Amino acid sequence: MSDMNHEPASFAFTAETLEKAKAFIAKYPAGRQQSAVMPLLDLAQRQEGWVSRAAMEVIAEMLDMAPIRVEEVATFYTMYNRKPVGTFHVQVCTNLPCMLRGSDDVVAAAKEALGVDFGDMTADGKFTLSEVECLGACVNAPMMQINDDYYEDLDAASTKAVLEAFKRGETPKPGPQNGRQFSCPKGGATSLTELTFEGGKA
Amino acid sequence: MLRDSDRIFTNLYGFHDWRLAGARSRGDWDGTKEILAKGRDWIIDEMKNSGLRGRGGAGFPTGVKWSFMPKTEGPRPHYLVINADEGEPGTCKDREMMRFDPHKLIEGALIASFAIGAHAAYIYIRGEFVREAEHLNIAIDEARAAGLLGPNACGSGWDCEVYVHRGAGAYICGEESALIESLEGKKGQPRLKPPFPAGVGLYGCPTTVNNVESIAVAPTILRRGAAWFSGLGKANNTGTKVFCISGHVNNPCNVEEEMGIPLKELIEKHAGGVRGGWDNLLAIIPGGSSVPMLTKSQCEEVTMDFDALRAMRSGLGTAAVMVMDKSTDLVRAIHRLSRFYWHESCGQCTPCREGTGWMSRMMGRMVTGDAELSEIDLLEEISRQIEGHTICALGDAAAWPIQGLIRAFRPEMERRITERQAKTRAA
Amino acid sequence: MPKLTIDGREIEVEAGTTIIQAADQLGIEIPRFCYHERLAIAGNCRMCLVEVEKMPKPVASCAQPVGEGMVVKTNTAGVRKARQGVMEFLLLNHPLDCPICDQGGECDLQDQAVAYGSDKGRCQEGKRAVPDKDYGPLVQTMMTRCIQCTRCVRFIAEIAGTPVLGGLGRGEHLEITRYVGAAVSSELSGNLIDLCPVGALTNKPASYTYRSWELKKTESIDAMDALGSSIRLDTRGNEVIRVLPRVNEDVNEEWLSDRSRFAVDGLKRQRLDRPYVRKDGKLVAVTWNEAFAVIAAKVKAAGTKIAVIAGDQADAEAMIAYKDLLASLGSQAIDCRQDGAKLDGSVRASYLFNSTVAGIEQADALLMIGTNPRKESPVLNARIRKRWQKGGFKAARIGHKGDLTFKYEHLGDDASVLKALVDGKHPFFETLKNAAKPALIIGQGALSRPDGAVLLGLARKLADATGMVKDGWNGFNVLHTAAARVGGLDLGFVPGQGWRDVDHIADAAHKGDIAVVFLLGADEVEMKSLGEAFVVYQGSHGDAGAHRADVILPGAAYTEKSATYVNLEGRAQQTRLAVFPPGEAKEDWRIVRALSDVLGKPLPYDSLKAVRERLAKASPVFAAIGQVTTAAWGASFGAEGSAGDGALVTNIDNFYQTDPISRASKTMAECTAAFGGGCNHKHKKTGTNG
Repeated sequence: MSDMNHEPASFAFTAETLEKAKAFIAKYPAGRQQSAVMPLLDLAQRQEGWVSRAAMEVIAEMLDMAPIRVEEVATFYTMYNRKPVGTFHVQVCTNLPCMLRGSDDVVAAAKEALGVDFGDMTADGKFTLSEVECLGACVNAPMMQINDDYYEDLDAASTKAVLEAFKRGETPKPGPQNGRQFSCPKGGATSLTELTFEGGKA
Repeated sequence: MLRDSDRIFTNLYGFHDWRLAGARSRGDWDGTKEILAKGRDWIIDEMKNSGLRGRGGAGFPTGVKWSFMPKTEGPRPHYLVINADEGEPGTCKDREMMRFDPHKLIEGALIASFAIGAHAAYIYIRGEFVREAEHLNIAIDEARAAGLLGPNACGSGWDCEVYVHRGAGAYICGEESALIESLEGKKGQPRLKPPFPAGVGLYGCPTTVNNVESIAVAPTILRRGAAWFSGLGKANNTGTKVFCISGHVNNPCNVEEEMGIPLKELIEKHAGGVRGGWDNLLAIIPGGSSVPMLTKSQCEEVTMDFDALRAMRSGLGTAAVMVMDKSTDLVRAIHRLSRFYWHESCGQCTPCREGTGWMSRMMGRMVTGDAELSEIDLLEEISRQIEGHTICALGDAAAWPIQGLIRAFRPEMERRITERQAKTRAA
Repeated sequence: MPKLTIDGREIEVEAGTTIIQAADQLGIEIPRFCYHERLAIAGNCRMCLVEVEKMPKPVASCAQPVGEGMVVKTNTAGVRKARQGVMEFLLLNHPLDCPICDQGGECDLQDQAVAYGSDKGRCQEGKRAVPDKDYGPLVQTMMTRCIQCTRCVRFIAEIAGTPVLGGLGRGEHLEITRYVGAAVSSELSGNLIDLCPVGALTNKPASYTYRSWELKKTESIDAMDALGSSIRLDTRGNEVIRVLPRVNEDVNEEWLSDRSRFAVDGLKRQRLDRPYVRKDGKLVAVTWNEAFAVIAAKVKAAGTKIAVIAGDQADAEAMIAYKDLLASLGSQAIDCRQDGAKLDGSVRASYLFNSTVAGIEQADALLMIGTNPRKESPVLNARIRKRWQKGGFKAARIGHKGDLTFKYEHLGDDASVLKALVDGKHPFFETLKNAAKPALIIGQGALSRPDGAVLLGLARKLADATGMVKDGWNGFNVLHTAAARVGGLDLGFVPGQGWRDVDHIADAAHKGDIAVVFLLGADEVEMKSLGEAFVVYQGSHGDAGAHRADVILPGAAYTEKSATYVNLEGRAQQTRLAVFPPGEAKEDWRIVRALSDVLGKPLPYDSLKAVRERLAKASPVFAAIGQVTTAAWGASFGAEGSAGDGALVTNIDNFYQTDPISRASKTMAECTAAFGGGCNHKHKKTGTNG
C-alpha cells in the first residue's frame, strides 16, 4: 500500500495524549473499547502529523484489536494521513456547490500561492495541498479547510491572502472572508430580525 | 412567510450567545423535567402528532421511528445515535445548529433518549467539523455541570449521558448502519437489512438513529405542542425546515422556513434571487446531490416538501437547494457529483464499487463529448444496473443525478458528442 | 416453521433460514460468490439477487430471512437482468486470463459467466491492476483476479482465528491484503484456496502444474494426523498433484490442515522403491526374494527374540498381519506406541476422544492438559474455537501459554495444578463440576512422559470427580497425533506377556535379548537404542529407520493403498489407492503376507477382504467402517503415584514436519523456514524499516 521508507521504528503516545486516549476509551461501554480506534488514530495523527504503522500497532495493542483491523480503519477514512503532511494541511473543496461559486479560481490561487499541485507538500514542509470532497459549508462556498478551521466565501484574492498570512506565521481569522455573518444572507438577515433575547449578542 | 416567533433555530446565524446562558434565554432547557414527567408514551404520541418527518433525507416519521424501540429495556441496553455526519453536497444546516444552538441538540438528545429508553446517546459528527464538536463538548459539559444531563438528568430520575464521536472523512457514514459500524470502530460499510437498528443496532443493541435537526427540533415541538408544529407547513409535510441555498444565487444562505414554501419564493425572499434574474435559471438540485435535478419550468411552481418533490421525480432530501444558472456546464456539474460518489463508494458491494468508477469515467468523457452517441443509453443502462441492486442507497444516489441529467438535458449531451465528432472528422 | 414458495414450489423451513438456504434445500440453484454457509453472511457480491413479491427491489437471497407466505422468484427476466448486470461489473476489472489461471475449469466466476456473462465488454475504460501479495509458501496470490468477496478475510478471522487479512482502502481501490507485519501462517491457510471463488488465491506449490479437468479424483482419508479428515486425492499419471478436503460434518467439516494438504510433494521424495540389504555396511539394492531370504535366515537364528514396532502411519491391515506373524513365531514383543505413550489397550475409553470430534461443540467447560490442539490437530482446534465463539464456554489449560485462537485460562504449566484440581483445591474444579457437559483433553505430550500413566490416572479421577462421564456424554478425551495409534490399540498391537513398552524392547535389543527388530514405518524410535539388533525397516521413506536398517522392504504410503485407520474418536475409515506405490514397493500387509510364506508360517489370509475379516474378529471397530464405535467408561485406568516435575507440553515441536512424508516435503521445509514451527500468526514488530 504505502511506501515504507518513511515508516518510523516505533511510536509512543505522550503522557498527555495517553490521558486523552484513556478518556476516549472511557466513553464507550466496557468491552467496546474498539470504538475508540478513530479518536485514538486522530490523537496519534495530532501528535505526529500522520498515522504510522507503528502508531497503528500501539493502538491495536491498547484496544485489543488485530493490527489489520486498525489499518482497515486508517485506510478507509480520508482524514487519516498515511504519510507525513505539512504543518498546514490546506484542503480545498471542489465539489459542486463550491465549483458553482468559483472553486476553480480558489484551486488555481492556492496552487500558485503554494507552488505545489494537489497531493504535494511544499519543499519547506510547511504546506500540503489536497483536493477534498464536500466539507459541509456549501452556502459559504467556495471554501477550504486549513488544519481544524474553515475559510469560507473565498475568491482568488482572499485565498491568496489567507495563504500568504499563514506563510508569514499569522493565523487569519477563520470563517467567511467576505465580511458576512456565517450563513446569514450577505445583504443582511431576511429572518430572525424581530426577536430579542436576554442573552444578547454573542 | 414564517414568522420569527415560529422559528425554532433562533440563533441560526450565530448572532447570540450559544452557550448555556444564552440558550436558556432563548428558551432551551425550559421545563424539560416536566416534559419528561409526562412519560414516554406521551412524548412519542406528541412527536407522531406533530407530523415531524426525519430531517436527514428519507423523511420517515420521527415519532413512529421512536415507537419501534422495545417498550421495556431487556438485557441489552438501548442507544440513541445522532447522525451529525453531514456530508451530502449542498447541505450545511446541522453544522449551524451544532455550533450556534448546541443546547437544542443536547436537550433533544436527553428527551429522545428518555423516550426510547436509552441511557446513552452518541452524536456522530463528521471529523472535519472540529470546532462544532468542540462546541458540542462544551455544551455537554455545561449541561452536566448544571444537572441537566448525567445522573438524574434535570431531576427527572433518568440517567443520561451524551457523547460526541468524531468521524474521519467518509460520506458513507451518513448511512445509518455504516455510521453504527464506524461508531463500533470499524470501516464504515453499511450493514445488510434486516435486521434494522431498532432490533440490532449499536453493539447489537436496540438503537434509534436520528438526524441532528430531527432531534434538535423535538424540545420545541414538545414545549409548544404537536398542534403548533403540525399547523405549520402542509399536510403530511408539517413544520419548519432549515433550507441551505447555495450555488448561483445572489445571497447564498441557510434559512428556516415553513415546509411547502414554493421554491421560487424561498430563493427570492432569502437568497436574493437567482444570479442574473429568475430567467437566467437553468436547473436546480433541490435536496442535496443525491436527488435528480429540476428544470426551470419545474422550478416555477414546485413547493419544497417531500410529496411535491417526489411527484416531480426528485426529492426534498436534505433540503439543500443548489441553484445553477445558464452559465453552468451541467454535464460537468453532474460529472463532479459522479466523481464524488466514486470517491465515496465504500467498496463493499459489487455494483457500486465497480459501477461508480465506470459511470464517472464515462461522464468525464461526456463533458468533452469524447464519446459515442450510443454511450448515453449505455450510461443510463449502467445507472439502472446499479440502482436498486446495492446494499445501501449510495448506489441509487450515484445513479439518480445521471438519470436526471439524461432525462432533462439529453440534447445538450448529444450536441457535445456530435460537435466533437464533427471536429475530429474535419481534422 | 414458515412456509414459502420458490419458483412455484412450496417448502417449509426452520425460522431464520435464508432464501438461498431454502432454495438449496429445494435444489434450486442460485449463483453466489461471497456467500458461504460456514462463514458470516456478507451480502456483498450481489450475484444471488432474487425477486420477492411485495418487495420493491430485488433482494440478496443470502441475507434475506424467509417469511411466512413469501413468494420468491429466482428465474425471471428481471432477476436474470440483475445478475447479468452484476456479472458485467465483476468482469469489469477482472483480467479474464482463464487460459493461464489455475482456477480455470473449477472457477465459480468462469462458470457463472457462462450463464450470465456477455460475449463482449461494453466498457471502454482501462482495467484495474492490483499488486500481488506475499502470503508465504502455500498460497499464491493474483490479486487482479480478486472480486473482493471477502471470503478469505472472513475465514481467516472467523474459522482460523488468525485475523491477518483485511480489505484496505475503499471503493474501487479496496484491496484485500495481509497485515504487513504478520504472516499468513494459520495451520489452516490452504482452505483459503478452496474458498476463493476465483483464481486470486491458488495452490502455490502446485502452481501451473495442472489443469483441473485432467486430474483423476480419488476419495480417501488423510493419515497425516489422527483426525482422519476426509480428503480427495487429485492425481495425474502416478503422481498426487494435490489434496483437497471433502465435506464430512462429523470429522473435518470441509477444512484440511496445511500439513495434510501440502506435504504431498514429500510423497515423491526420499522414496524407498525397491528392497535393500546392507552388505559390508552399505545398503545394496536386491530382489524381494533375496531380501526375504536374508530376513528368513536372521529370524530363524533369532527364534522368539523378535520384535515389531509400528510407526505413526502404519495401517491396521499391516499391523494385524505383523501381530499374527509374530504370534506364530512365538513372540509378543510388539508395540504401536513408538513415543512410549502410557496408554494400554485394556480400557478403550482410556485412549479415545470420547466426546467425538463433533461432540466437542456441546462441551461447556474444557480443560486441556499437556496439549496444543492447534499444533496437534488444527482442524479439531477450529472446532473448539467454533464452540468458544458460540459463548458459554470456559476453557483452561495446563501447559504452555501460547495462542490457541480462542480464549482460555492458563492454570499453570505442571502436574501440580492437575493434582490440585483432582483434589478439588483449584477454582476451575468447580467450573468443571458445575458445567452441564464438562470435558478434558489430554495430549500425547503428557502421556508419553515417564509419569504419563500417573497423569492419565489423575485425568481419569478428575473426570469422575467432575461428572464428565454421564448419560449421553463422555467428556474424557485423549488427543492423538498419530493416524495409526487408535487402530493399533484397538487391534491389540501392544506388548504381550513379558513385555512392557518400546523402551523395554529397545533395552532387550541392546542386551541381545531381541535379535531382530521390524520397524513398520517407525522412524521416531531412538535408533541407537536398538543396539546390535538386526533391523528390518518396512516403510515408504528413507528416513531415520531406513538409515539404521539392515534390510529395507519398500512399502506404500497412505495414498497408495487401500488401508484402514481408526481416528482419534474411534472411527474406522479406509483410504483408497489413488496412485500405485513406486517401483517395487508394495502394499504393506502383502509384504508381511509374502514374508510369512518365506518364514514357513503362512498367514491364514491372502486377500484384502480376508485380512479385513481378520481385523473385524480382532475388534468389532473394524467392521463398522465410517462409524464411531463408542467405548464404555468401564474399569479404572492409569496409575497411582506422584507425578513428576516439568511443564506438560505438546509432543509436536514443528507442526510442518512430524513424519517421514512431511520431513521429505520441500514445501513443509519452506513453511518451517517461513513460519517456524507454526502457531505464530502474531505480527512481528516491523523493525527499523518495516
